[in-house]
Amino acid sequence: MNLAWTHRRQWRKAVQIRGRRQWYQQWEVRKGVPRQMEEPGQVPTAEKLSGTFDCHFPFASESQSTSSVFELTKILGQSSRSLRPSVCASRFYSSIAKEMTVRDALNSALDEEMSADPKVFLMGEEVGEYQGAYKISKGLLEKYGPERVVDTPITEAGFTGIGVGAAYYGLRPVVEFMTFNFSMQAIDHIINSAAKSNYMSAGQISVPIVFRGPNGAAAGVGAQHSQCYAAWYASCPGLKVLAPYSSEDARGLLKAAIRDPDPVVFLENELLYGESFPVSAEALDSSFCLPIGKAKIERQGKDLTITAFSKMVGYALKVRPPFFLKAVSDAAEILAKEGISAEVINLRSIRPLDRPTINASVRKTNRLVTVEEGFPQHGIGAEICTSVIEESFGYLDAPVERIAGADVPMPYAANLERMAVPQVEDIVRAAKRVCYKSVPMAATA
Amino acid sequence: MALNQIASSSSRSNLLKPLITLFRPFSSSPADNTILTVETSVPFTGHNCDPPSRTVETTPTELLGFFKDMALMRRMEIAADSLYKSKLIRGFCHLYDGQEAVAVGMEAAITKKDCIITAYRDHCIYLGRGGTLVEAFSELMGRKGGCSKGKGGSMHFYKKDGGFYGGHGIVGAQVPLGCGLAFAQKYSKDGTVTFALYGDGAANQGQLFEALNMAALWDLPAILVCENNHYGMGTAEWRAAKSPAYYKRGDYVDGMDAFAVKQACKFAKEHALKNGPIVSTFIQLLFYYRLVSQSNAALERLHWNKQIRYRRQRILCSIGNMTAALSTPCSIIKFFGSFPFIILEMDTYRYHGHSMSDPGSTYRTRDEISGVRQERDPVERIRKLVLSHELATEKELKEIEKEIRKQVDEAIAQAKESPMPDPSELFTNVYVKGFGVEHVGDYGEFSIEIRLSGEKEGSEMPPLSTAEGWCGGRLGLEAYLLGFEGMDFSQILSYTEGNESFNQEAETSRPKLCFGISGLNMKPYTKIKVGYAYNRGPVPHFDPMRPLA
Repeated sequence: MNLAWTHRRQWRKAVQIRGRRQWYQQWEVRKGVPRQMEEPGQVPTAEKLSGTFDCHFPFASESQSTSSVFELTKILGQSSRSLRPSVCASRFYSSIAKEMTVRDALNSALDEEMSADPKVFLMGEEVGEYQGAYKISKGLLEKYGPERVVDTPITEAGFTGIGVGAAYYGLRPVVEFMTFNFSMQAIDHIINSAAKSNYMSAGQISVPIVFRGPNGAAAGVGAQHSQCYAAWYASCPGLKVLAPYSSEDARGLLKAAIRDPDPVVFLENELLYGESFPVSAEALDSSFCLPIGKAKIERQGKDLTITAFSKMVGYALKVRPPFFLKAVSDAAEILAKEGISAEVINLRSIRPLDRPTINASVRKTNRLVTVEEGFPQHGIGAEICTSVIEESFGYLDAPVERIAGADVPMPYAANLERMAVPQVEDIVRAAKRVCYKSVPMAATA
Repeated sequence: MALNQIASSSSRSNLLKPLITLFRPFSSSPADNTILTVETSVPFTGHNCDPPSRTVETTPTELLGFFKDMALMRRMEIAADSLYKSKLIRGFCHLYDGQEAVAVGMEAAITKKDCIITAYRDHCIYLGRGGTLVEAFSELMGRKGGCSKGKGGSMHFYKKDGGFYGGHGIVGAQVPLGCGLAFAQKYSKDGTVTFALYGDGAANQGQLFEALNMAALWDLPAILVCENNHYGMGTAEWRAAKSPAYYKRGDYVDGMDAFAVKQACKFAKEHALKNGPIVSTFIQLLFYYRLVSQSNAALERLHWNKQIRYRRQRILCSIGNMTAALSTPCSIIKFFGSFPFIILEMDTYRYHGHSMSDPGSTYRTRDEISGVRQERDPVERIRKLVLSHELATEKELKEIEKEIRKQVDEAIAQAKESPMPDPSELFTNVYVKGFGVEHVGDYGEFSIEIRLSGEKEGSEMPPLSTAEGWCGGRLGLEAYLLGFEGMDFSQILSYTEGNESFNQEAETSRPKLCFGISGLNMKPYTKIKVGYAYNRGPVPHFDPMRPLA
């Protein structure tokens, strides 16, 4: 009984430390995730976090450091999951680790780039007085004024054309689409006026523009607001297409995109906006940039390679649970428990695709699973699959598995929606199939 | 445009000599600083403001310049016609003859810092913005000497330093782009304006009204100019718009009168810059009444399709704003200070069909075409003005035209000699920076030496060091570094690559590929074998796990 009382007191204390604001943050995130209570008897993480936890691992660089942390935590005798440098542990205790939500990362990147270069300006619907439809551009209007943070009417074709025209003249616009579904209204300007101009003019007219906005499925928004446009834009030469996952990705890639003299399509994800990720001190520097065209190996492995981008990296790597909820383990972790060591690649850049990294990884592991949220036909996974077959066919030990969203418009009903978007179980099953370890299931493929 | 326009556009100096000798007598009789007054064909009327006067001041130089420029444009378009028919020009060729007055008059009113953006009928506007004949013909024939190095074609002429932003194939897309240029001009506080040209067919595009709304909302120094040649491809104006008055094609300007165009553009520019855009309208009523009264009989003979009568009834006054079109009281607009900006409508005509594949006679009669050519031809009008002001005799003008013809023929000959673009150009200019094309091809290897600066051969290096290397000469601009051999791969921690040219202007410049590597335990003066790839086809990508074969 005493033990239970201590348990409860510590748990309450932890909640108090966390505070109301963080609770709301987590509530936003947890809305779409089935709630699972922590098992009774499990030691709450307040104990685990009493030790020092240095979160300044160089997440932006090679992940050899990650594996060393794994070893370190094993040495300390803690379970690797609880003390690994992951979101769940460090998120609520910011006194120890520096964390940033993706929203703050994008906001700070925009802020810094706008202050560094007076030619950068932001244009889009509700970016100014509304503080951004998703609060990405919060505070920018007050800081830079209405000349540089321009609220537009709801006319995508018009304001995208105006943005591209301003880029022709030499300014550096950042055009925000409320979601990329609305970019279809303006896709003529993105492709014909922006992407092709440098080629058609043989280098005279360059278009240093960034088109950004949330892409892919949000929660319960229906068919017309849930499509993933990565494959559409990535097939067009002349564009660069980026898809960040973590805060550091968001910061580094957005800065690189704004500085890039080519048109960049920057695909964010609405569900990732509220998520916090630890950031290194290097990433907080105002000149921090990530290279375009280089993928990141989030987790080293030797049995198979999982490639993903944007939200699917989280599914492949981890699903972010608050500390007191039982973690819905990530695919890689589930597989690790079964003895399959998966290498997770965060693509970061869809065009140009980092084929060398993917191929090198496949040559190492000999198996590949591609994960994406969009429609399967002519998708990113199809391109990666073909690239691997062209380059590293002899190294493949099993056919490549593609996981994509269902080949249907996104339904509204919650259960159907869950079926239409890849889940962790799908990734795990595909990984097992690829490793020839799957157990055939009766009703599902 | 002045005399030197023609001089600069000619590439051979020996061409100039006869041209100059012809012009010497002109400078003696009326002096160049004489102001001539010319009346436009019809008076202007303003809407919500005072219109400019009907009399336009000009100088003999300018008048002759107009003649020469328009004759040159006319000859160029006709030559392009025959080149297309002899299959030297492929694909699209949209000709501008008949509409030269718009290009020439606009140029006279603005500077090279002002921007012009137009649709696909862009050959003459390109010339007006400072393009040369050789570049134009080379581009049309797809040669390296073209303004877009043969990669754009007829519809994609650009001249950024002359303020000409193309050349756009998608109907109506250039209007938001033009408003974007105006946005940038206002943002940079340049004090310049943008003229966005579009046709009567594009006047029905939704994005035009979107751009119009934003330009009026934000007071952009944009002037939308509708080159109304009355046919959107093959669809006459009245068949394309339910109510041309509703769509408010623009403020009316006689687009076949170069001086009317000049006056209108000058007025538009001044007002766009002075205190925010102010609406102004030119109403051109008398022209049509005159036409109708003088050639009523001709009117009856015209094709039923032409329905000229609608012009008589047309209000011919347009207000450049959708809200005004919805009859918002003008006082409210003035009170809030958000003046609508300017739309001009150039009433003009094209003699050729929409493009070279269009004979131009299935939707209009030949009588109509020849009627306009007789009554309103812009070159003829200027010729009559020149003769009436006694700036040149008939014979001299004919000499000028002959000279222009010769100039055009020489330009075509020179353009034909220009080579086709190099195959490697297929993959260049996709991006400004980096990457070029995903798939590269035709790879090779060569040996280079890595030099670590300041160190002697054989000396000790710190464990982690960086080195730079470059290889040049044979490589094209879009070569990529594939890998290194002769150095242990575990040593190389990172490398970056870049492409640079020594000197882009010099003929003898050789592009070089620069790269930097950092690694452990590197030695200075290491000879390594470098693999590079050049853009010719598929090639294996860089594989850090596998040394080069």
